[in-house]
Amino acid sequence: MAEVTEVSRAVEVPDAVFVERSRLVEGVRAYGLIVAMWLRSTMAYRASFAMTAFGNFAATGFDFVAILLMFAHVDELGGYTLPEIALLYGASGTAFGLADLVLGSMDRLGRRVRDGTLDTLLVRPVPVLAQVAADRFALRRLGRITQGLLVLGYGLAVLDIAWTPLKVVMIPLMLLSGAAIFGAVFVGGAAFQFFAQDAAEVQNSFTYGGNTLLQYPPTVFAKDLVRGVTFVVPLAFVNWLPTLYVLGREYPLGLPEWVAFLPPVVAGVCWGLAGAAWRAGLRSYRSTGN
Amino acid sequence: MATGTGFIELDGVEKVFEVRRRTGFLRSERREVRAVDGIGFRVERGEMVGYIGPNGAGKSTTIKMLTGILTPSGGRLRVAGIDPSRERTRLAHRIGVVFGQRTTLWWDLPLRDSYRLVHRMYRVPDARFRENLERCVELLDLGALLDVPVRQLSLGQRMRGDIAAALLHDPEVLYLDEPTIGLDVVSKAKVRGFLRDLNAERGTTVLLTTHDLTDIEQLCRRVMVIDHGRLMYDGALAGLHEVGESERTLVVDLERELPPIRLESEPSVRTVKVEGPRQWLAFPASGSAAPLVARIAAEYPLVDLSVREPDIEAVIAKMYASAEAR
Repeated sequence: MAEVTEVSRAVEVPDAVFVERSRLVEGVRAYGLIVAMWLRSTMAYRASFAMTAFGNFAATGFDFVAILLMFAHVDELGGYTLPEIALLYGASGTAFGLADLVLGSMDRLGRRVRDGTLDTLLVRPVPVLAQVAADRFALRRLGRITQGLLVLGYGLAVLDIAWTPLKVVMIPLMLLSGAAIFGAVFVGGAAFQFFAQDAAEVQNSFTYGGNTLLQYPPTVFAKDLVRGVTFVVPLAFVNWLPTLYVLGREYPLGLPEWVAFLPPVVAGVCWGLAGAAWRAGLRSYRSTGN
Repeated sequence: MATGTGFIELDGVEKVFEVRRRTGFLRSERREVRAVDGIGFRVERGEMVGYIGPNGAGKSTTIKMLTGILTPSGGRLRVAGIDPSRERTRLAHRIGVVFGQRTTLWWDLPLRDSYRLVHRMYRVPDARFRENLERCVELLDLGALLDVPVRQLSLGQRMRGDIAAALLHDPEVLYLDEPTIGLDVVSKAKVRGFLRDLNAERGTTVLLTTHDLTDIEQLCRRVMVIDHGRLMYDGALAGLHEVGESERTLVVDLERELPPIRLESEPSVRTVKVEGPRQWLAFPASGSAAPLVARIAAEYPLVDLSVREPDIEAVIAKMYASAEAR
């Protein structure tokens, strides 16, 4: 119940009084509430859920099968062996899968802007970002994470790595930071849809496209492209640099060794930018409608 | 108009959109559209107000500014003392919104689950939530529907479900955007009855936009008419007739078929239709029917008569038309 300081106003104060809470805490709580609703919704169609989850697992698996087929004909790709590629592939796939699970439906924002249903989210007492992020939450996306982890596990088991404590720490650090970087790209891409409602494809080219790119070693790509994904859209920090550190191999572009530890910082900067873009987008929507 | 303590206060509120129109491959033309062009009004706590106007008049834009969805371009706006665009989430706890054509209910889940989400999201105290839900379920006749997935509900049932969802957190003001659109006669009557009770018993302030003037006639003592972003009329429903220069109709049954009635003393009266012994006479709504009836009774063989009130829809159409001509 509310604490009412002025007795005279007590009559007018409703019971469910707004209490100032951290927006982050409120956002995460609201995200959880909405995710629970989506999970219940999916459970209304259990068979369909089981099928799509398996489909998701299989479809992403075929990616790796393609790489396996390639290695049936060659021993190395860009100077990397199959287990090494598996490490790159698994790390990127897992990081992307995590981001996709948590924020994967943000590209539906454009549609919500177009059909006006975004308005129904704006009249609720919780952050809009949390509501959009939780939209159509789908557990079937666990398929991609499972597959990524399996391939990663294969790579780690087969490779003969000179483990050090730092290298051990690097693996979870890489997966979480990578997921955060992909997540920031999801949020930034969604923010862009406030301005251009058909921009979902542009966003997908960075997220899905980025994931596909990162499954191969940097040495197979042109230098300018590597520069682009290192300094412009910092996808190289998702798996390339940390994995190369773990493998003890040379970095692209002659970068120093310590850059492998930058992913958390890069993720923080990306979220700062994505947050600013989101606020700018929402402000623009609220001043122009659609 | 800004003085006093209205519950909802608007003062010179404007909303200007910049519309870009393509004129060439890359070139585009910018044009300003004043969707809301300096509106001011005040609604007291507990009032029930109809907000009407043709499509594109600025109704929805006003509602969106009142709920904090849109930021006004100019003017001053307060709801319960809160500036909606600055404190949107704080205001959200105190207002309820029903968008007639966009449901907030969960399609694949039983109605009950959508209410549980409102309960948690708005942090409604348990006892209060149960009490409010019971009340809504009883008055909106939702008892048999609580465990039915929303996708199986009819349009009218869903609308009632949506209205309940907007009221479970005890909002002080309820905005309804086209609450009866697409509903059958029975559903409309249920919704109207509920809103009337809500307003009378709980003192909830209600602002509703509608195209169905029966909603207004049955619910709202006060009506605001908006067109081209401007407030054209704000007052009692009855007063609209005078503003709209409307006419009432006197239907007269004579003993036998006669030529159209003409009264030298009443030049403003016209005979608009003759059908056998029955004649229709139009006279200004602001005038009184009594002297007219007396005259006719004196000069013609009168059998029966009735007075018909002007059709509010015709009145408003006339008002829009005259504004258009200006």
